[in-house]
Amino acid sequence: MSEPGAGKPAKARANGGRRLNIGAVRSSFAPWNDPSAVPLVRFEGVGKRFGDQVAVEDLSLEIYPGEFFALLGPSGCGKTTLMRMLAGFETPDTGRITLAGEDLAGVPPHRRPVNMMFQSYALFPHLSVEQNIAFGLKQEGLPKAEIAARVVEMLDLVKMAPFARRRPDQLSGGQKQRVALARAVARKPKMLLLDEPLGALDKKLREETQFELMDLQVELGVTFLIVTHDQEEAMVMADRIAVMREGRIAQIGRPEEVYETPANRYVAEFLGDVNLFDARVSQIDHPMARLEAAESLEGFFVLDDDCPAAGSAVSLAVRPEKMRISLEAPPQGTHNVLAGEIWDIGYTGDWTNYIVELPGERLIRVARANASRFVERPIGWDDKVYVTFDPDAGVVLG
Amino acid sequence: MKASWPRPSALIPYLWLAIFFALPFLLVFRLSLSDSALSIPPYAPQIDWSGGLAGFRRFLAGLDFDTYGRLVSDHLYIKAYISSLSFAAQGTLFALLIGYPMAYGMARCRPQTRNLLLMLVILPFWTSFLIRVYAWVGILKPEGLLNAGLGLLGLPNIDLLYTPAAVQIGLVYSYLPFMVLPLYAVLEKQDHTLLEAAADLGSPPWKSFWQVTFPLSIPGVVAGCLLCFIPMVGEFVIPDLLGGPGSLMIGRSIWMEFFANRDWPFASAVAVALLIMLVPPIVLYQRQQVRALEAGR
Repeated sequence: MSEPGAGKPAKARANGGRRLNIGAVRSSFAPWNDPSAVPLVRFEGVGKRFGDQVAVEDLSLEIYPGEFFALLGPSGCGKTTLMRMLAGFETPDTGRITLAGEDLAGVPPHRRPVNMMFQSYALFPHLSVEQNIAFGLKQEGLPKAEIAARVVEMLDLVKMAPFARRRPDQLSGGQKQRVALARAVARKPKMLLLDEPLGALDKKLREETQFELMDLQVELGVTFLIVTHDQEEAMVMADRIAVMREGRIAQIGRPEEVYETPANRYVAEFLGDVNLFDARVSQIDHPMARLEAAESLEGFFVLDDDCPAAGSAVSLAVRPEKMRISLEAPPQGTHNVLAGEIWDIGYTGDWTNYIVELPGERLIRVARANASRFVERPIGWDDKVYVTFDPDAGVVLG
Repeated sequence: MKASWPRPSALIPYLWLAIFFALPFLLVFRLSLSDSALSIPPYAPQIDWSGGLAGFRRFLAGLDFDTYGRLVSDHLYIKAYISSLSFAAQGTLFALLIGYPMAYGMARCRPQTRNLLLMLVILPFWTSFLIRVYAWVGILKPEGLLNAGLGLLGLPNIDLLYTPAAVQIGLVYSYLPFMVLPLYAVLEKQDHTLLEAAADLGSPPWKSFWQVTFPLSIPGVVAGCLLCFIPMVGEFVIPDLLGGPGSLMIGRSIWMEFFANRDWPFASAVAVALLIMLVPPIVLYQRQQVRALEAGR
């Protein structure tokens, strides 16, 4: 196991119980930008088929020590297969996987220095909580006293000490999740694999557990690889996210990178909501570019970063929360104005989602944070509204 | 609150038990308390229906446990009971040793293959039990199939028919499905991810079997063993057809008393004693089933 603090500063419990700002830790932690950093795990051209179904195709990926890495994608995108190949439950057809420089080909699951937390938790129903946690330690043939001490430590870590003698069927979903976690980290693996770890929990518990997992990761200094289909889960917890599509990686990046600068339409649409406009680049006048689109007579004005040459067909992606909606017409000369009519309103408390119908039965989505409790005149059904967005709000996708 | 009466359909099992178990048992039990006589019924004492309650009292007073006294004092019967229990225990053990790998192999097959194998296990029931046991006579007799096969291989002949070994073979063969089916049922529904979890935690496959698969299959082991052991103890046909004088089993003793000695009261006593002996394993089996049902909920 890499010594804690190799990757990130470990959270010091003695530190007056002060909580480290995970966000700050995250922003200073970027080994993937450091050419001298050595990855812990390396997938090199890995491919796997089941019959004529391609699960993973020619995939290369590097995960660094201390990273919290998320594989995100819809079901069937190959993310679970990728994780199972690392754990040793599936064998890659092509390519190779190395862990800490060692080629894992031919190493059976029970000899791999990784541990997995299963989606179903896979707790042994005939063993008590403490026996479940001790299971992995017993396999190593550790002395009894050492096992007992480590089990107590793990029980404290996940706050399950009062339930040590219970059987799994006497535990709630959240408690089972904690036991599964304790069992997986008890062996101090080089890497912890988490398969949809929060999938079976309800929303409130899921949010709490997200933060607990992040704290735990910093505290243990173990590299985490999480598989999930829940974008929020991945965004909140991960240092980097690999968005997967049909066995390939569609984009890798920090959560804010994949969200704010998606590499393609697929990533833009998979993460959150997005309005996509089919457009054509008509003019580039650095730093601005003008796009022709059916929705706007004047065209859209956007930043010219990554904008292909004039004449190319592109998509303009604008997130609903980066659009403004108002009942009054914006001042003359404002760019990127769309006039339409309210089609539907979804009020979620913190946000209100407006579905606006543009001429030509084109629907777009605008989200507004409900920052104040009262407004002079709320926007209602069938109101005529104006939707605007700034030139830097949209992303031009090739 | 309305008093809740069981629905009529719930009474059917009780009716079934009353007609096909309680009534015959009471008849046999009453017979076992009668005076021994070498003839056919009726046996003394009889109920004097014209005597009313007093007649019934006289009948009750006439009943006694003499037959049971004879049973206990006769070493032959004690030996028969012990030998039956030992045959059944050994047969159960062999059935477990053969049946567990069978059930385990079946449970690990692909679902289509599983169903085929399951049918093959049940297939022998399509043939009469008696014929199947007779078939073993053909296999085990001195000039039978077994010795023909051994001869082809250049091995010396063995004479198994009418030996305890032949009875054992017959018992294991006949009751193997009763071992395989409950074992298969628990092994088949075992969660495969538990084995993956064990491997992930550093347990090699053979250790995972003893640490995970086997402990979780114990309800099936108990059910299979009791389902074999209970009927094996009272088995009559197999020792009668395959066993010689050395294979003393209680089922055969009961038959002898009923049909050769024509001592029905004594035969009934032997039968009742056998039933009482089998009560503890039957209760054990029932409790196991109830627990399995509750665990499954």
